[in-house]
Amino acid sequence: MGAGMMKSLILHLAVLVLLFLLQFVISDYAILTLTRMMVLGIFASGFNILFGYTGLLSLGHAMFFGAGVYAAGLPIYHFGWSVPLAFVFAIFMSFVAAVIIGVIALRTVRDSFMILTLMLAQAGYLAILYFNRETGGSEGLTMPQASRSFDFLGLTIDLTDAATRYNIAVLLLAITIVVSFILIQGRYGRLFNAIRENEARTEMLGYNVLTAKLFSFTVSGTIAGMAGAAYAILFGYIGATFAGIQYSIEALLFTLLGGAGTLLGPLLGSILMTTLIDRLSEVTSAYFLFLGLILIALTLWFPKGLLGTIKEKWLPWLT
Amino acid sequence: MGFGPFLFLATLEGLVQASVLVLTAVGLSLVFGVMRVVNVAHGEFFMLGAVIAWFVATNMPGDPAIGFIAALIISPLAVGAVAYVADRLILTRLNYNPEATIVATIGLLYVIQQSVLMTYGADARPVDPPFYYTIRLPWFGYSSYKLFVIAAACVLLGVIWFVLKRTKWGLLMRATQFDRETALAFGIPVRKVYSFVFAIGAGLAAIGAVLIVPIQQAHYLMGLDPLLLSFTVVIIGGLGSIQGTIFAAILIGLSDGILSVFFSPTLAKIVSTLFVAMVLVFKPNGLFAKAKR
Repeated sequence: MGAGMMKSLILHLAVLVLLFLLQFVISDYAILTLTRMMVLGIFASGFNILFGYTGLLSLGHAMFFGAGVYAAGLPIYHFGWSVPLAFVFAIFMSFVAAVIIGVIALRTVRDSFMILTLMLAQAGYLAILYFNRETGGSEGLTMPQASRSFDFLGLTIDLTDAATRYNIAVLLLAITIVVSFILIQGRYGRLFNAIRENEARTEMLGYNVLTAKLFSFTVSGTIAGMAGAAYAILFGYIGATFAGIQYSIEALLFTLLGGAGTLLGPLLGSILMTTLIDRLSEVTSAYFLFLGLILIALTLWFPKGLLGTIKEKWLPWLT
Repeated sequence: MGFGPFLFLATLEGLVQASVLVLTAVGLSLVFGVMRVVNVAHGEFFMLGAVIAWFVATNMPGDPAIGFIAALIISPLAVGAVAYVADRLILTRLNYNPEATIVATIGLLYVIQQSVLMTYGADARPVDPPFYYTIRLPWFGYSSYKLFVIAAACVLLGVIWFVLKRTKWGLLMRATQFDRETALAFGIPVRKVYSFVFAIGAGLAAIGAVLIVPIQQAHYLMGLDPLLLSFTVVIIGGLGSIQGTIFAAILIGLSDGILSVFFSPTLAKIVSTLFVAMVLVFKPNGLFAKAKR
């Protein structure tokens, strides 16, 4: 392990510890928003594996977030599954969805890949609306009261308690960051980078580019799905909006703002954007106007995002 | 009404849809073909065209026909100007990098949509057609305005074809599309051609919108359907191919009505979206492209 890698590891662990300790200082309202930010941050981190590290822009990642939301929420709602079982099932289903969609979508490149992911996500969103008797359509479903508290390894976990939800989110975020860290530092991480920088050359050097892309796509989709499942379980609500285009764009926005290709960028982007929206909604309701302007401004003047710029200028060891 | 006349009516309605769709989709196809830019904000240019048409038509005194003609001239020019400025301010600076431009046009989509919502409001508003004359056919009466829409689209397509194939501007556009580097080397102002094409593409969407507002009302969310349909048309017709685009627009305009008769609209949308996705995967040059090599 090199010195840079060590520094990077310490930084990420320090951020996680800081997030854990924050719950003892901040207000109840802040705990609630920060929980939401972390779950969306996990979603954007999954997106970032594909976009930031592998250089593939998917415009339909909400389909995996939505897959997680529904694969966790529907069995709980309709069949009364236990929460941990539904959570594991949802991760598995997102994995399956990511493999299948990856196999199809990765046959295309660049523009076609972006349009294709957009269209597949749109089909998924419409399917949720179409089966509205089971899914609740755009109005959504509220999870039954019985699922708001469950026993796990002898512990009783009460999901109506804000601190419990916060700690589950921190734990899932930690898992995401550690898994991504190991992946990015490893052989596959370097391969992802090589594909992002020059796909043709990587292929010519004898690497199986398609397998690597599929691997990246699958990890990315599965993490996004896990975030969706966590969202459904923690907040006890599922709805079609979670699979809609706005969530795909938000994952992109968070990643761009925080810094594509940095592990903490998506989380930072999620925290900043959500805070900004909160502040703005006191002044104006024109959320989408700012979303649009920030997207344009970022691509024009700040394409590397916050942590990307910091990494380039001051901290080259940042992962 | 028997089956024959019913089919005739359905075909006419389909042709009206196809006429508007073909103009919008050719605009998108031109922008993609010449600039290689996927313009996600295209549907918003359509919507902007409809809303400006409403502003012009309601503020113009006298006969509705005058208002409509004024809208038909002012709206595409105004929308073209907006697109021109957007290209100069944003797309040129991004060097037309595919990822950056797609993200920026998503941003543009939200900016236009929200600006219209804040100024025009959330209501759907109609524009009076320039004339109300109904043609009496043996089986049903049919609005002559709808026939005018079909005729206007045909004339405009003729104009587009003429400009592309017979004028110097068309030659510059085709040269830029064919080989950007060589075009630059031959002194073609590629940057200007790009801005011009982006404005024309948006203007075509606006013309389509002005033609449709007397039939369908202007609303700030009306851009999404034409955007997705145009994408569908451009993909099925082959990215960047104008002839394929025209053919696909007619096919889809006609089949859209028929599909909605058999399926629920949502299911029809799911089926057509998945179908287009599969075309993109397995026939990336479009459904009608001849096999290369």
